[in-house]
Formats: sequence, structure tokens, C-alpha cells
Amino acid sequence: MYRLNLIQLSVENIFGTMEKENNDILHELTQSEYKYGFYTDIEMDMAPKGLTEDTIRFISARKNEPEWLLEYRLKAFRHWLTMVEPEWAHISYPPIDYQDIIYYAAPKRKKELKSLDEVDPELLETFKKLGISLEEQKRLSGVAVDAVIDSVSVKTTFSETLEKQGIIFCSFSEAVQKVPELVRQYLGTVVPSDDNYFAALNSAVFSDGSFCYIPKGVRCPIELSTYFRINAANTGQFERTLIIGDEGSYVSYMEGCTAPMRDENQLHAAIVEIIALKDAEVKYSTVQNWYPGNKKGEGGVYNFVTKRGICKGTHSKISWTQVETGSAITWKYPSVILMGDHSVGEFYSVAVTNNFQQADTGTKMIHLGKNTRSTIISKGISAGQSNNSYRGLVKMTKRAANSRNFSQCDSLLLGDRCGAHTFPYIKAENKTSIVEHEATTSKISDEQLYYCNQRGISTESAIGLIVNGYAREVLKKLPMEFAVEAQKLLSLSLEGSVG
Amino acid sequence: MLSIKNLRASIEGKEILKGVNLEVRAGEVHAIMGPNGTGKSTLASVIAGRDIFEVEEGEVIFKGKNLIGMPVDERANEGIFLGFQYPVEIPGVSMTNFMRTAINEQRKYRGLDSMPAQEFLNRMEEKKRLLEIHSKLANRSVNEGFSGGEKKKNEIFQMAILDPELAILDETDSGLDIDALKIVAHGVNTLRRPDNAIIVITHYQRLLEYIVPDFVHVLFDGRIVRSGGKELAFELEDKGYEWIKEAQV
Repeated sequence: MYRLNLIQLSVENIFGTMEKENNDILHELTQSEYKYGFYTDIEMDMAPKGLTEDTIRFISARKNEPEWLLEYRLKAFRHWLTMVEPEWAHISYPPIDYQDIIYYAAPKRKKELKSLDEVDPELLETFKKLGISLEEQKRLSGVAVDAVIDSVSVKTTFSETLEKQGIIFCSFSEAVQKVPELVRQYLGTVVPSDDNYFAALNSAVFSDGSFCYIPKGVRCPIELSTYFRINAANTGQFERTLIIGDEGSYVSYMEGCTAPMRDENQLHAAIVEIIALKDAEVKYSTVQNWYPGNKKGEGGVYNFVTKRGICKGTHSKISWTQVETGSAITWKYPSVILMGDHSVGEFYSVAVTNNFQQADTGTKMIHLGKNTRSTIISKGISAGQSNNSYRGLVKMTKRAANSRNFSQCDSLLLGDRCGAHTFPYIKAENKTSIVEHEATTSKISDEQLYYCNQRGISTESAIGLIVNGYAREVLKKLPMEFAVEAQKLLSLSLEGSVG
Repeated sequence: MLSIKNLRASIEGKEILKGVNLEVRAGEVHAIMGPNGTGKSTLASVIAGRDIFEVEEGEVIFKGKNLIGMPVDERANEGIFLGFQYPVEIPGVSMTNFMRTAINEQRKYRGLDSMPAQEFLNRMEEKKRLLEIHSKLANRSVNEGFSGGEKKKNEIFQMAILDPELAILDETDSGLDIDALKIVAHGVNTLRRPDNAIIVITHYQRLLEYIVPDFVHVLFDGRIVRSGGKELAFELEDKGYEWIKEAQV
């Protein structure tokens, strides 16, 4: 469970009444770069609005980071200043004012509610439809719960199991303190800090995220999930995740959020880096359900995410599975660099857009090693007046002899005001590799709906049924517990899209 | 159970049904026969509520409720089942999932809880046996990759699962070989009860040797021009539809 806490909180209210102090603080900030401990008041534990080197020094200092990490951030920031926001994606949005964002706010406790009666009824209705248990509902909406079922105790049990096997699974900030050498060795090796505009921004200001290391030969016994951890850690909108699968290890990692976020947040720019060494396998599953904005297309999250993995060793494997139903804008291309010979990259995606949502998503499979294989299955579903694009690159380099790729990109249209687009890029630089690309576009036919209706199935249920059937190939790649939620989510996000 | 009075219906301005009258009581099996293009399938679609047809005049009353203007799914939930002449494929949706959704939506409509999983699976197995379906039907997508005969069998299978009060079987016999026809007929006959009714729409008399109707109607040019007992079917078989046409002129 992610919670976006770096929203434009009511800064005006907090700072407006204290303008004088605020100016003093700003002054102090510019004068004494490493000064600790201002904003001691919990309520005030946030950086001033805007982005300067001082903001970055402030973040780094607050997190007690080593010098090299600060340098890493600053270098990224300096590079970011020279970059321009990309415009090639098939999306449109008003310009983002990067000086109008707060880049650091320490976890703040949300106001505790005494009972579910105090929670937004619309949110509860959604929980009900998702089949989330009552206790879970309380936890998700910030109602105080019995300590026994609190996630902290759940986490502790898991942590012990994991520690015994030498698995490190903690927040990114914790990892910087606990295993700085590991972080330093791998940070930015898959997504360099100057990789793209949003990656540079993240590298400069990332707040927190997850770190995961699976030692040699260890098969992680449970599905690792951000779900348990992030509730406690409350990471922000510039998340940074680093996953390292050492030789011969296996891990399945789930990132997700099954409850809609009502926060009217603007920008979400995360980075996920995965490193798979020889014979390692890393599965990364996402169910993304950020606030998509309202039916008129107002509000919602801009989700500009860079996710990339590298199959470094021979016979390594990285698999991305994503179900994207939320966000006003999704800009996301989970990719795999197939460096080791015989390595395997997979990308399974379902992206749903409704109302005025825009999604430009896909993958990059960069084949460097010999006999490497990649599979891309992308299912786009568009409804309302939304736009849904698949954008993918398959590159077979000279060295990547005898490599194979299979891509299948299907689009399903609901209604006649939405759009589906496919932008496949293929670069083949050797003669022994095979690249296959299949694409289909279909609509739910009136005949299908009539048939379902005649069996007593309402149009809404019929669409849910058909859409889930259409996405089945991808959904079955998800871990079991995720798949059920994802299925419900698909139907839910298409509610009211027909008729 | 079903009462149709002076039903006139058209599609894209073209009148197909030109005043149909029909009374079906519980426990009865009616056969509607007639040459191609006389409105047999249109009649079935209009009873089911397909919105591409415009009802110009008349009434369709089912169990005392006026069906005109009632949505298709609501009619189904009231107990009307249509066995399609051309069943549509729904890729990715398994028969299990499809039937479970249908049965539970119908139960919900009637204020009942969802059917327990085991009971549902038992019913699926039982009806598979009834219709001698040997394939792993449950895991296959609805009608996808089914042969013509399998699709028709699958319609009766769904009828058996849903147990409707009124079943309309639209040319269920077309595309069936004689063995499949016998199985389908056996299935339908097993489902006959004093509290339900069946309308069999067919072009040929063949099916009626196995599903013996109480009444036979001949639909010609949008009207029922002859009604009688099962012997009418044999008469038609003997004399052909030309006989009816001539009688009309």
C-alpha cells in the first residue's frame, strides 16, 4: 500500500500564518547547508516548496545520508536542469510547475478515525466491491485497529523468516544505513541518473522506497509485498526501489495498491531497478490503481515511472506483470536489458483507461546476449473518451545471435469515443534472431452483450466478464491473491462505461 | 404463461411480424414452423427483447407482466430462455464462469443467495451427462472453437442449467446430425414439466419426431396462418410449404 504523502499539502495554511518564521528558515537553509533538525515540530517536518540544490541537501541531511549519495543526487539534479520534459508520448497535460511542489515531507500520521462511520462512504463502497475485509478496510482508511491484526506484527513474523535466510527487505532509507555498500554498488546501474527527465528528477529528490536483496541460491519463501511495509513507512511520490537477485536466487515481488487514493496528487515519478545475476529469477507484479481523476477529467495522478531490469548473468530471468487501471496519465515502460547469454525477459500488461484517462505504456526488450528470449503480451482496454497506447521497442543487437522475441499487442475498445494506438519499434541488427509481432483490435460486439443479457447477465457484468476473459492471459501471471483483486478492479474501473 | 396479441414488429422500417397471436400455457410444447424468411426468428428475438426490432403494435404478456419495453436481462431473469440459432463466441470467458455468473444474477433477481460452488459444479456435471457432453466443456471459452453441433448442444446445456419457465429454441435442430439430434431431444424432453413451457422453432418436421409438440403453428408472411395438433406437422411434411402458400393466395 502506497500512500502519497508529498502532496501539495495545505502549504499555504501552514506557512501563510508563519510567513516570518518561514522566511527565517529559508534564510537559514541557504546559509547553513547541513544544519540538522530544523522543522523539529512533527507537523512542520517538510521541505519548503520548490526545488533547488538546497532542497536536495535538506532531504539528504534529513535522511542522514552518506556524502556519496548526496553527490549522486546533486549530480542528477544538475543534469536534470539541462534536460527538457519529453513530449513524444501520446499524452497531453498542462505544464507541471516543478517549483510548486514540496519535495520532502516526513511521514505524518493521518488523523486517526474512531470508526468506519467517519470514513468517506464512497471509499467504503469501493472497499466492499473489492471484497476487502472489514479489518482491512479500517486499516486502509486509517481507522485505529487492534494491535494483533495490525500489519506491524504481521511484518515482524515475516521479517524473522526472511532474516534467517539472509534476505534483506527493508525501506530504501534503512538500506542506505544498513547496507550502504550494496546500495552504492547497484544504485543507478540500471537506470542512470541522467537516463530521462523523470528519472533524473527522481534520482535528485527520491524520498523512500523499497530495497530487496536475495542472497546466492536462496529461493524467497514468500511473495514480498510492499503492501505490508509501506503502510508503516509511508513512502512518498518519488519512490526508489532496488531489487537485487544474487546468483541462483528467486523472488516474486508485488507492488500494489488495491484501494483508490482520493488524494488529489499531481506528480508521481518513481524508479524501480532490478538486477538479476547468473541463474537468478525476479518476478515483479504491479497492480496500479492511483486516483484517475473524476469523470470530467479533472484531477488524478500523473504517473511517470521508469522501471527497468537487467539480466546480468547467464540464464537469468526478469518478468514484469502489470495491471494498470488508475492514474490520469500513465507513462511507463518496464524494460529488460538481456545482457547475459540465455537470459529471459517477459512483459505482461493489462492497461485500462476510462473517462479521460491517458496511458502510454509498453516495454523495451534490449537483447545483448546470445540466445536470449523475450515475450511481450500487452492488452489495452479503452473506454469513455480515453486514449490507450502501447509503445514498445525490441532491439536485437549484433552480438545477440539466435535470440527470439514474440510480441502480442491487443486492443479492446468499448464505445466509439476512445482510442487505441500501437507503436511497435523493432531494431534487428543480426540475421539469426527472430522477432514476431502480432496485433489485434477488437470491440465488444452487440451480439455478445445480447447473448449475455439473454442469460440474465446485466450489461455491466457482461463487460466485466468479457474484459476479464480478454485479459486472462495476463491475469493468470499474477500471484493468486493479486489476481482476484485485479479482476475485481478491472470490472470496477469500467463501471458505467457503456450505456 | 405467454400471451401474444396482434404483435407487429419491424426492423429498419421493414415490417416482419404483421399481427401474431399466440397463447402458451404451462406444461405445453408449441412448435412454430414455416418457410425461411417468414419471421420465425424475429418472433423469438422480439419475445427475448432484442432492441434492433421495433414493436409497432400489440402486446406480449408473460406471467401477467407486459414484456414490451422490459430489458433483455430482466426478461431472462423473469424466466425466458432463448436457444440461439447462431450462438456467439465469447473468447476468454469460460463456460463455468459464464454459467455461474448467469445463474447467480438470476438468483439475485429473485432475492436468493448465490448458489454454493459445490452445488453449482454438481449441476454442471449432471447436465453434461444429460447431454452426453464429454469434452472439458467447463474450461472452454463460451462457444469458442465449438463445432456447429457442439454449439447447439451447448444451448440446450445452458437451458438445462438455468431451468427456465419458458424456453424458445430457435432452429436448434439445424446443423445437428441424427445422433446429436436425439441427444438434444432427449435433453429437452427430460426438462419438460407441468410448470414450464417450450416453443420449438423449426424449419423441418424431423425434430418433432423426437420432441412431440402439443400444438403446431405455421408462420407465413408475418402471421400465424394455421394452427393445429402434432398431425399438422406431418401434413406439412407431406404437402410441403407450397401447400400453405397456395392456400394463402
